[in-house]
Parts: sequence; structure tokens; C-alpha cells
Amino acid sequence: MWTNLATLVRYRGLIRSLVARELKARYRGSILGFFWSFINPILLLSIYTFVFTEILENRDPDLQPYSLFMFCGLLPWTWFSSSLNEAAGSLISGSNLIRKVLFPAEVLPIVSVLANMVHFFFGLLILAAFFVGLQYRPDWHDLVWFPLVVLVQLVFTTGLALALAALTVHFRDIRDLLSNLLTFWFFATPIIYAYYMPSVQGYRWLFNVNPFFHLSVSYQEILFFRGSFVHGHLKLLLEFGLVSIGVFIAGYWLFDRLRDSFAEAV
Amino acid sequence: MSTPAISLHHVSKRYRRYGGRQFATLKSALLSGDLVRKLRPDETFEALSDVSFDVAAGQTLGVIGRNGSGKSTALKLVAGITKPTTGTVKVEGRISALIELGAGFHPEISGRENVFINGIMLGLTRREIQARFDEIVDFAELRQFIDAPVKTYSSGMYMRLGFAVAIHVDPDVLLVDEVLAVGDESFTHKCLDKFAEFKRRNKTILLVTHSLGLVERFCDEALWLDHGQMRGQGDPTRIIGAYMTDVERQEEQLLADADARVKASASDAPVADGPGPTDAGAAAADMMTASEGRWGSGEVQIREVTLFGEEGQPTHIFHTGERVTLRLAVSAARPVDDFVFGIGLFSAEGVFIYGTNTFIEEYDPDTLEGDAEIELVLDSLDLVEGTYKLDVAVHRRDGAAYDYHRLLYTFRVKSRVKDVGIYRPKHHWTFPPSVRFRIRP
Repeated sequence: MWTNLATLVRYRGLIRSLVARELKARYRGSILGFFWSFINPILLLSIYTFVFTEILENRDPDLQPYSLFMFCGLLPWTWFSSSLNEAAGSLISGSNLIRKVLFPAEVLPIVSVLANMVHFFFGLLILAAFFVGLQYRPDWHDLVWFPLVVLVQLVFTTGLALALAALTVHFRDIRDLLSNLLTFWFFATPIIYAYYMPSVQGYRWLFNVNPFFHLSVSYQEILFFRGSFVHGHLKLLLEFGLVSIGVFIAGYWLFDRLRDSFAEAV
Repeated sequence: MSTPAISLHHVSKRYRRYGGRQFATLKSALLSGDLVRKLRPDETFEALSDVSFDVAAGQTLGVIGRNGSGKSTALKLVAGITKPTTGTVKVEGRISALIELGAGFHPEISGRENVFINGIMLGLTRREIQARFDEIVDFAELRQFIDAPVKTYSSGMYMRLGFAVAIHVDPDVLLVDEVLAVGDESFTHKCLDKFAEFKRRNKTILLVTHSLGLVERFCDEALWLDHGQMRGQGDPTRIIGAYMTDVERQEEQLLADADARVKASASDAPVADGPGPTDAGAAAADMMTASEGRWGSGEVQIREVTLFGEEGQPTHIFHTGERVTLRLAVSAARPVDDFVFGIGLFSAEGVFIYGTNTFIEEYDPDTLEGDAEIELVLDSLDLVEGTYKLDVAVHRRDGAAYDYHRLLYTFRVKSRVKDVGIYRPKHHWTFPPSVRFRIRP
């Protein structure tokens, strides 16, 4: 396992090219091309903003501007969920590579996660534009921790993506199960609502076992709730960082154990 | 001879037959590395069993064998794409496998970008590809189209580009699986030149192919696989000879089986009012159109038709120029005084090649009674390689059939010379001293 992990470093050039190809190929042939990377999050945000400020009006004064609050949680979630959805099918859709070319299979789910991370970064640019437009200034003391949250999410997502990709080869049901599970997971995580709202206090136990809870709250505290992260969720996030390393190792180990079965089962 | 570049040691590969599967518990699955519990022998298929061979560095090994003999499985094991069920596979040096060309191409992006990504997948660095890019594109003959998306390529262009990238990886061990059929003649020649260059530079090549001529010309050694087992390894000419003999034996078996079926279905007396011709003119017209069958009045019957080769053995496989004996066992229910024996020879496409009968050849019938064996000897079977069909008949001088066997007998002609047409006249070439030929490598 450790030697395989080491060879993975050798394949960074391949991973980089495949991520670039993924991004190029996705919008090839569309008129707006790469702008979709910006337009998609804007459209998504507009829909959510309309629903939650016009139809289900949100009056909590702490969550204003609401669209900004929601965007802080929605962007990382989109990265997370699309990564898992794509990674789960990545070995199957890349079957011609696995069966015909000597190819390190773990590259495929990792590319899914990284390509979506690039989209996440584009989304951050939009978010930054919103901050500027609304003249909303996050706290700099919190903001320095932002890369750490991204890193924790990357490690956690990659670990899960590897495990899911490996298992989906043998249990195709996972792909269908996963999309439903992710919908449930989305609503179980404080993204469109805040974790401290009185109405969700009965579900605190659910937050505690929800890994993404720590990420979404960290993002919200760093970007939206000014000056609350360092004395708030930071400690929990660091703990979760250790857990996510464990998740990564477990996911990679599972993937490595099942590696030899891929060429025949995909 | 130096240390082996490729070494297989008692390698077996079992595949699971497709079908319902039962899972092991997740725990035991993770411990064994396989999610499916140990399978019973009847649930698996052994693609390779106990195969051991070495290829010395710098040697070229040709792997031959019928479809399903495990050739491609062996290649995938050497490439490391699949792992052996038992045994060990060792390979020294960088491998490039020409198995599925352009397997990693993405249809939406350009040929140029695909060359880079494919090259990186095969183990090159970006800089190495940059240095070889022009060579790759020229080799693939795709300079005009290199910036077009790969989805617009024809399958030939696609394969050529895949081939060009793979061959420029500069491997120590090159694995080739039946990929030479990707281009036109000139492209094939270019590929062969490239292989020859690899050979000169002392690279190891493992070549899986059905083209025996290529193995004979090109390989230092041949390996013959049959139903997953090794039948021989060694000098290409010897191995190919053994393989050809085995193939002929199998074909002979097939033809003999077909013959046995014909005999079983035609063992009844000929159909008295079958589709048979009633006069000679109709017979001639019919000759061109009729399908196989048997008809006639049945007063004289052809009980058995046997072909014998030069050594007197009954067979269905002959070699060009061989002496062939055709034996008809006939029996007349009562004596007849009007009888003609005839044969007709057809190519597999139904072209009437030759026909004759005893009456044409001025044997005037007198009496035929009881059982008789008639032999027709063809001193030299001057036909090119192919499959041929035979009519045999006994009929009256006016053409009315006693027993007509239409295209019921099939035989095959083999030849080491791949000339074309139907008929090979006996021939030889003569040249003046000013015309010289090279000896084919």
C-alpha cells in the first residue's frame, strides 16, 4: 500500500493532465465554453436565493444577507457531492483504461475529486465577487485558516471517493444509492439553515456524527460569521482533520485490496 | 543470450464464468483482496494453465494459437494489466503494450492533446513527448488533422495515432497484440520497419498474431498455446509446422464430421422424382444453380465416396500438386447396360471448375452389375489453396440420373505458396544473370 501511495506521487503529471483534459472536455463544443464554470454556480445560487428569500422567507437577522450565507455552505457541498457521484462511476466509465492499459486505477477517482475542486475554486471567485459587491468583509484572522479547511475536505473526500469507486465496481447499486443518500445528507447538514437554530436543536446528535457538518460550519464561521472561527469550530476541525486522514488511509487501503479485481470486474 | 527480460513461472489464470455471484463476507473479502468467495472449479474458466516460458532480452517471441487459446491473456499478464491466479510473472524494464490502441483517447479533445495525455499514461514525461511530437504525428500521417477532435477521426486514423504514440514510448519490452491490421500496406510496412529497428536496438518483443508468415520471418522463437496450455516453444519454422499440422487435423475432423452428416442424411435411396434434371440440356443449366442434394432413379446407387491422399490415407485435406484418388463404391440392384460415371469440381464460391464423365472420355458402357468400386486418379491436384466441392454421379447416357450426389463432398487444398485464382498450372521462372533477387529475411 505505501509503495503504491509513493508511485501515486510519480503519477502527478498524469493526474494534472487528466484534470486539465476533464475540464477542457467538459465544455468542448458548448458556446459559452469555460464560462459555464462560472455560470453554473451563479444559476444555482440564484435559484436557492429566490426560493429562500422570496418563497420561504428567512427572517433571521444573523443570516443576512442570506444568499451569501447559503453560498458559503453550498459551494463546498457541490464540490463534495459531485466528486463522490463522479468518482463512484469513474472506474466503470474508465474501464477501457483499466482493462487495456497498465494504468494506476486510483488516478481516476482522484481526478474526479480534483476536477471538481477546480470548479470549486472558480465558484470561490464568484463568492469573492459577492463579498466585494455586498461590501461584506470576513475576518482576516479567520481567513488564514481557510486553506486548511479546503485541505481537510480534500483529504476526506478523496478517501471516500476511493472507497466508493472500488466498491461500485462490485456493487453497481452504490451509484443509485449514493445520489439519494447525498440528497438526504445535504438536508441533514447545516447549509441552507444555521446549526444553532432552535428548530434543529433536537438533531444535534445527527450533526455530531455528520462529517460534513464540521466542514460546512467551518466555512460559514470563517467566511460569514465574522470572528467566530478561531474560538469556535477550529478545535473540532483539527480533530476532524485527523479523522479525515484516517478516512483517507482506510479508503486507500480498501481500494488497494480490491485493485486486482478491477480489470476483470469493470 | 542474457538474463530473461520476460519470465513466466508456472502461471495459471482463472476467470470467473459470467453469471450469478455470491459474495464473501466483507471481512474475508478484504483479507483475500477479492469480494467473491473462492469459486468451485465449474464456476471458473482456466484461460491459462501452468504456462512457463522465458524471453531473453533482445529476443522476439511470436505467440501463436487458435482463438481462445490464451494468447491475449498471456500478453495481459506480461503487461501487468491482470494478475496471475497462481505462479509468477517477471518483466525487466519499461513495458509498452500495443493491445488496445488509443484506449485512453478522449473523443472531445484534439489529437494533439490526446497525444500528450496518452503519452503520459504510457509513462513518458511531457518534455519527452514534446521532443517526439513531430515524429509521432508524421508516423501517424495525421499532420493535417492533429488539431481536430479525435471523435472526427476515422477508425483507421484513430488506430494509427494510438499506434504511433505507443511505439514512440521507447520501451525495453514491447508487447504487440494483433495490431498490424490498422493501416494500409504502406503503414503496415512502416510498423514492421519500426519493429525491426526495435530488434536492432536489442529490445525485447512479444508478438501475438495469427499471421504465421510474420512470426516465421520476424521472430527468433515461437510459442504455441492451445486451450491455455503450452504446446511448444522454439524455432519458429518447427513450431509453425507443428501448429499447421494440428490445425489441418482439426479441419479434417470437421470435414469428416460434415461428411458423416451428409452420408447419414443421404443414406436413403435417391429420390426418384427429386429436383433432378430429366434431359441433358436441363442438366447443364442446372449445374450452375442447383444446391446440394441427392436424386436419381436408384437403379444404380453410389454407396460411398472416399478421397485418398498420396500416401493412401482417406482424408479431406490435400496439398497442391498432391496425387488424389477418388473412390466410388456403387451397387446396381440389377444389371444395367446404359451407365456413365461422372464428376464435377466446384470452388467454394460455386464456380464450376471442371467436369468429366466416362462417356465424354469415350468409354462406351456395356454392363454393370452387383457391387463395384470405381477409382478416378488425379495425378496432380493443381489447385490453389481453398475449399472445393465435388459432384459425383452415375446416370444414363441421356443424362437421366440413377444416383446424383450434388455438392455433397467438400475437401480443402493447402499450399505454402499464397498464389491466387483457382488453377495452378505447373510452372517455373527463369531469369538471366542480370536479374537478381534478394533472399527474403
